[in-house]
Amino acid sequence: MKATTRLKFLVYPLLLLFLAVGCNSANKTDKSSNSTEGVGIETKKEQGQAFIENDESTPNVLQIAIGSQDHTTLVAAVQAADLENALVNAGPLMVFAPTNDAFAALPEGTVENLLKPENKDALANILKHHVTPGNYSKDFLKKFKKLGQANGQDALIEVKGEDVYVGGAKILGSVSAGNGIVHVVDKVILPPSEE
Amino acid sequence: MKKIYYVIGGLLGATLLYMGCNQAAGPNTSGALASSAAEKVYVAPGEQDEFYAFLSGGYSGNLTVYGLPSGRMFKEIPVFSQFPTSGYGYSEETKPMLNTSFGFVPWDDLHHPDISQTNGELDGRWVFVNGNNTPRIARISLETFETEEIIEIPNSAGNHSSAFITENTEYVIAGTRFAVPVPQRDMPIDQYKGNFKGALSFISVDPETGRLDLKFQVLMPGFNYDLSHPGRGKSHGWHFFSTYNTEEANTLMEVNSSQNDKDFIAAINWQKIEEYVNNGGGEKMATNYAHNVYSHETHTGTSTMKKEVVTVDPTKVPDAVFFLPTPKSPHGCDVDPSGEYIIGSGKLSADLTVHSFTKMLAAIEGKKFDGEAYGIPILSFDDVMAGIVKSGGLGPLHTEFDARGNAYTTFFISSEVVKWRLETWDVVDRKPTFYSVGHLMIPGGNSRKPFGKYVVAMNKITKDRYLPTGPEMEHSAQIYDISGEKMELIYDFPTHGEPHYAAGCPAELLASKSKKIYRLDENKHPYAVTNPSEARVERNGNEVHVYMSTIRSHFTPDNIEGVKVGDKVYFHITNHEQDFDVPHGFSIIGQNTSELLIMPGQTKTSVWEPKQVGVWPFYCTDFCSALHQEMQGYVRVSPANSNIDLSWSLGGE
Repeated sequence: MKATTRLKFLVYPLLLLFLAVGCNSANKTDKSSNSTEGVGIETKKEQGQAFIENDESTPNVLQIAIGSQDHTTLVAAVQAADLENALVNAGPLMVFAPTNDAFAALPEGTVENLLKPENKDALANILKHHVTPGNYSKDFLKKFKKLGQANGQDALIEVKGEDVYVGGAKILGSVSAGNGIVHVVDKVILPPSEE
Repeated sequence: MKKIYYVIGGLLGATLLYMGCNQAAGPNTSGALASSAAEKVYVAPGEQDEFYAFLSGGYSGNLTVYGLPSGRMFKEIPVFSQFPTSGYGYSEETKPMLNTSFGFVPWDDLHHPDISQTNGELDGRWVFVNGNNTPRIARISLETFETEEIIEIPNSAGNHSSAFITENTEYVIAGTRFAVPVPQRDMPIDQYKGNFKGALSFISVDPETGRLDLKFQVLMPGFNYDLSHPGRGKSHGWHFFSTYNTEEANTLMEVNSSQNDKDFIAAINWQKIEEYVNNGGGEKMATNYAHNVYSHETHTGTSTMKKEVVTVDPTKVPDAVFFLPTPKSPHGCDVDPSGEYIIGSGKLSADLTVHSFTKMLAAIEGKKFDGEAYGIPILSFDDVMAGIVKSGGLGPLHTEFDARGNAYTTFFISSEVVKWRLETWDVVDRKPTFYSVGHLMIPGGNSRKPFGKYVVAMNKITKDRYLPTGPEMEHSAQIYDISGEKMELIYDFPTHGEPHYAAGCPAELLASKSKKIYRLDENKHPYAVTNPSEARVERNGNEVHVYMSTIRSHFTPDNIEGVKVGDKVYFHITNHEQDFDVPHGFSIIGQNTSELLIMPGQTKTSVWEPKQVGVWPFYCTDFCSALHQEMQGYVRVSPANSNIDLSWSLGGE
C-alpha cells in the first residue's frame, strides 16, 4: 500500500531521531550533575503514565492510535512532540485523529518539516489543536458550534446532513477509549492563524 | 496486521536502544544524583522535620499532618468525619460537633486548609478548613491539633472557594460552588438562570479566641464560585473569587458551562461591605444553621442552631464588587506575595491570565467597563490584564509563590509543575509530576512571606508509583527542592484521602507550643471524676452513669453489677494520667460505637446498651503500660426484671 511505503519513510528517520535524542539527553544529565545544582532525581522521557504496563484497562486514546495501521503518521508525530503522557491522562480527552492519508494530503514536505526537532513546538501546537478536553459522541457534537481545543484555539463544528465536520475535517468513524474517545478524521485540522 | 507489528517492533527496538544508551551513561550519574536527593530529604532517626504540612484529606473528611522534607505523616486530625481511632464523632462529647441543619452528618469532603495570619504572615494559631458537601467551616487549634469549632454555612452548596483567610485573620471566607435558590424553595430546576444565587460568606474570627461568627453573605449572581484568595499588602481588603458557569447552565455542565470564552474573577471589596453592614446595611434573612463549639475545659462540644443571617445585595454597595473577565473557566485564583497580581488558571487552556491590582483600581476609577452582569460592572479585559503566561502546558490549576519573584503552577493534563517569573511572565523551568497533579504547596506560599525551599505537588493519580495494592490506592505526592534555579525532584510519598490543598509553616512556629497534656485540675467536664474516690455508678431510670477513672494500670471501678438488659449505660471516663503521651482507651464487648481514646486529663463518654444477660468484659485499647493486658474489668448484666442492686468496686472495695 502506498500509505505503508510512505510510512516507512517517515518512521525510520524518526527512529533515528529517537536514538539521537536519547543519547543527547544522557549527555545532558552528565552536564547538569557536574554543576552545583542538579542533585534531584532525573526523570526520563518515558517515565510517565504512557509507559505503565497495563493490559487490563480499556485502551486509552494513545493506545488506540498506536494500534491503528491508519494512524502511524499521527503516532510518530505525537512521539516526536513528546505528547504521549498528556494523551494518557485522565482527561477526558477527545482526539480527532487524522489518517495517514490526511497527513499525506498536506503539501509535499510539510510532515517531514514538522518532524524536525527544531519544529517541535509548532508540531505540538498542531497536534494539541486535535484534542478537546471532553468526551462526546459524533451525534452529540452536533449540539456544538465550536470546540475549545487544547492549544487554546477554537475549532468550528459544521453539520452537513449526517456528517459532522470539525475544523473542516470530516469524522469518518469513532472509537471509545478508556480515557475518552477517538474520532477518525479525513483531514489535518490546521489551527487558525492568530490575528 | 503484519505491518503494524513491524512498526511496533521497530518502535520497541528503538526504545530498547534508547534505554541502553541511557544505561551506558547511567549508573554512576544517577547513583550520585539519588544519594544527593536522599541527603536532602533524610531526617535521621531522632531528628525532626523543618516544616509542618497540613494536607487536606478530601473525601476522608479529615486533615493530615506531615513533616517536610521527610514526607512522614504525624497525625490525622478528625474534623468532619467520625474517627474511631480517637472516638471523635462517636463519643457523646464530640457528636455535637457534627450536628447540622440536616441533623448529624458524620462525613464531609475537606478541601482547603489555610493557616491564620497576622500582617499577611503565618502566625500559627489556627488552621481553617472547609467541608465542601454540607457546607461547613472548621477551626482547628494548632496547640492541641484538635477541631475546636465548626460553623455551617447556610444558602450555600458545594462550599468550595473556601476556607481562605484575610491577612489579619479578620475573616475566613467561604464561597459557594453551586448556585442554589436563596432561600431554598420548591421551584423548577430549569428556572435556574437569573433566579439562583451564589452566596459568598464572610465569617469573622475573634482575634483572641478564634470564635467564628457568620457576619454577612453577599448574594451574587448564580455562577459557580470555584476558588478564591485574599488580597494582601496593597490589595488587603479585597477578596478574589474565580467563577465558571457564567452561562448559568443547569444541565450537562461539562458542555454548557464552557460556552463563554471568558468567565470572571469576582473582586469583592469586603472592607466596603463590612462598613455598609456595620452601618445597618444588608437584610436580615431567616435561616437555620448549626454552630458547634468544643471546649477544652469541659472537653465537650455544644451545638447551637442559628436562625438569622445578614445578606447583602452587591449592587446596593457602590464600588464594592467588580468582574474581571478571565478566559476558559478559571479554577485557581491566586494572589502573589505583594498583592499586586491575581492569577487565573483557565483550566481548559494552556495559558494563565494575570490581572494587575493597580490596573484594576485605575480601571474602576476610569470606569473602563465592558458591560455589566446583573448590575455588577465588568471591567475591560485589556485594562486589567497584566500579562499572559504562555506555559506550553495543558490544564493549569493552581499557583503558589516563593519570595524571589517566582510562581509555580500545576498542570493537570500535561502532569507537571511549571516555574515562571512574575512580571516577565517567562517560563523558566518545568518538571513532570507522577501523575496528573492537582494542587501544590509551598509553606507560606499564599502569604506575604513564603518559605520557598520546597514545593509539594499533590497528584490525583498514582498508578505504578508504589507497590500495587489493588484498584484503590492512596494518592501520590512529590517534593521538589526549589531553592535553586531549577526545581529538583527529591522525594515521593503517598498521602491519605485526596489532598486538594495544603498549608505549611516552619516547624518552630508550632512545635514549642504544642500541648502535652490536659490539666486534670482544670477539667470542668460535668461527669469528670478528678479523684478516684469520686468514682461511682448512678442510676436514673434506665440510664446508668458510670463515673470512671483510669490510671496505669486499672479502671476505677473495674467490677460493676446491677446493670440490666435494656439499660443505657454511659461510661464517663477520666484519664488521671498527667504524663506526656499516656492515653488510655476504653471498649466493651458488643458496643454499637467506637472505642474511646482519652488523653491525660481528659474525660470522654461512650454509650453501651447491653442486650444480652451475662458478665461482659471491658478493657483499655491503648498499650498504656507494662501491665496494659491487666487493665480490664467486668460488667454483670442481669435480666430486665432482676432486682440486683447497683454496685461497683475496685479490688473488692
